[in-house]
Amino acid sequence: MPKKKIRSYLINIAAALLVFSVVYLALQLGWINSYYRSILILICINSIMTISLNLATGLLGELCLGHAGFMAVGAYTAALISLNSGLSPYLSLTLGILTGAVTAGITAFIVGIPALRLRGDYLAIITLAFGQIITILIRSLGFTGGALGLNGIPLLTDFPLTFWMLIVTMYIVYALIRSRQGRAILAIREDDIAAEASGINVTHYKMLAFVISAMLAGVAGALYAHYQGVLTPEKFDYNYSIDFMVMVVFGGMGSITGSILAAVVLTILPQLLYGFSDYRMLLYSILLIALMIFKPSGLLGQKELSQRVFQRLGRQLWGKKAQTVPAETDIPTTVVDEDTYLTEQGSGDSGVGGSSTRGQENLPVSGTPIAEAEGKHQERLGLDTQGDEPLARKQKGRR
Amino acid sequence: MTYFITQFINGLQIGAIYALIALGYTMVYGIIKLINFAHGDLMMVGAYIAFFALSNWGLPIYLAAAVSMVGTAILGVVIDRIAYKPLRDASRLSALITAIAVSLLLQNACMLLFSSSPRRFPTVTANLPTISIGNSTVNVIVFISIALAIALMIILNLFVNKTRIGKAMLAVSEDMRAAQLMGINVDFIVSLTFAIGSALAAFAAVLYLFSYPQIEPYMGAMPGIKAFIAAVLGGIGIIPGAMVGGFLLGIIESMAKAYIPSAFSQVTDAVVFLVLILVLLIKPSGLMGKPEKVKV
Repeated sequence: MPKKKIRSYLINIAAALLVFSVVYLALQLGWINSYYRSILILICINSIMTISLNLATGLLGELCLGHAGFMAVGAYTAALISLNSGLSPYLSLTLGILTGAVTAGITAFIVGIPALRLRGDYLAIITLAFGQIITILIRSLGFTGGALGLNGIPLLTDFPLTFWMLIVTMYIVYALIRSRQGRAILAIREDDIAAEASGINVTHYKMLAFVISAMLAGVAGALYAHYQGVLTPEKFDYNYSIDFMVMVVFGGMGSITGSILAAVVLTILPQLLYGFSDYRMLLYSILLIALMIFKPSGLLGQKELSQRVFQRLGRQLWGKKAQTVPAETDIPTTVVDEDTYLTEQGSGDSGVGGSSTRGQENLPVSGTPIAEAEGKHQERLGLDTQGDEPLARKQKGRR
Repeated sequence: MTYFITQFINGLQIGAIYALIALGYTMVYGIIKLINFAHGDLMMVGAYIAFFALSNWGLPIYLAAAVSMVGTAILGVVIDRIAYKPLRDASRLSALITAIAVSLLLQNACMLLFSSSPRRFPTVTANLPTISIGNSTVNVIVFISIALAIALMIILNLFVNKTRIGKAMLAVSEDMRAAQLMGINVDFIVSLTFAIGSALAAFAAVLYLFSYPQIEPYMGAMPGIKAFIAAVLGGIGIIPGAMVGGFLLGIIESMAKAYIPSAFSQVTDAVVFLVLILVLLIKPSGLMGKPEKVKV
């Protein structure tokens, strides 16, 4: 492992530990009351959901409208294991999280078979249908407790567990995106025809990303079941899926840290504005339309809050001389045009860096073959230079 | 046998409604390659307009239907101009998310305006005669609905294939850039497509209310999805395909409702989705579609 990589791992683990110990200390000392404690847990669960949906939507570029359905699969699996296995609580929770992830993954595989082989937006419709059917199914099946739902699930989810699961989720998604497979997934998002022409098995990688995404949603569901203690099918309806979609879009499609930021803001906001709940979905929809028109990539776009951002911020705040900020540590999480990439590196004022504060690895590669191929491909197309985000460049008129 | 025939006629009726909604999906998809998720909700708005025209302004049913069609057409064009037009050259994903947002907006705006409690559409069919088939009776409105829907589809087909504007629509769906170069006003054609699609959805809403006289903000969601499936079944982007797909899906659904034991009654909706899955697995381009070529 290169030295730089180890160093950034250590920094990220240290940062995660720091955040954790501050919040944990505050919890232990009673500075945070139980109401805010439960919101903290909910933020972590929503963050996991948002990151996992971001993998499918922001990084793979497929719209999933039934993500709450996968969460429901994970939640019910874990809850049924906890209620019926007779194992010790934490053992059954561990088992529940693992099986929840697996069942959600299998469900996603089945849902993905008809849709992911095809070009076009069929996954959106299939997942929309899946989200509807899964609630109908849960309501009509006997062992899921029907419309009454499941009660008395042991409340085992606490802050440390959800926090570290969130860190693990971030690590998984980052590691995936930095890997060869991840590059393939990003290439598919940018242009599936070009990706296929470069020898990428599009269906295979689409399925890979989609199943991992659903598995993470299953984990979030398992945690949610043991946080809430009660599960009803109505909870996992269409609007719940849309909540996560709004978080993904708000935070930035393709930005992991943006997802967390959005999950924090959009989890706290409804709690603060009590009585605003009637208008919540209305405002969300207006927010979505406005975002799509004015900033289609979301608040952070595909950028990340990274070490570099904080280092630069620190330099600006304390006016220190530039430290050893290796310019080539980061490559974008995105496959960016060569020219954009160069200008952004040259000016050095944007946080395109893919390294986050937590769980990531740096590959000192500047411009992967895929990025170059993509860049050239886009250049040759040369149709639309007005889009400032790679995502916006995909031509719709193309058939 | 009479049971089968009655169910078949019911299937034709609901199929006619699906076909009308599916036409809107397929025309919009054919031209701007966007699944207009808000289309089902446009139908819902059409139902509300028809309801108010009928019960608050006291218009006769045919005028109420016309008002509803015009109102919904205007709304469809406005939605296109405000929400979709700025995204014509953006990614498919952005356009799709916008479509979902518009759908949410319509649903929630109607919920705030008209409350979520369902309203009852006044019965306009009470004085109409019924036709008896064997030992069961079918209201004549069912036949009128089917006939009206088919008439509308024939008019649409003539319009698209015979008039200049209709041919321009076909040209735009074939190749938008080339059509623009040939001097076709693409923006006008897109608006017209939205207007026609929305008006058909409003008409479908009125037909829908004859059989299911309940109006609520979420009523458009299910028929919307099913009509989309009908469009995919017939071949998305193909106008006759949407008609065939709509009728076929209506008959399949009606038969599923009739012959699946009532213990599994909630699963009948799933049958429709099964159709979608089968179509995507076996012939994704739909019954009347040709396999698409991928061009860069």
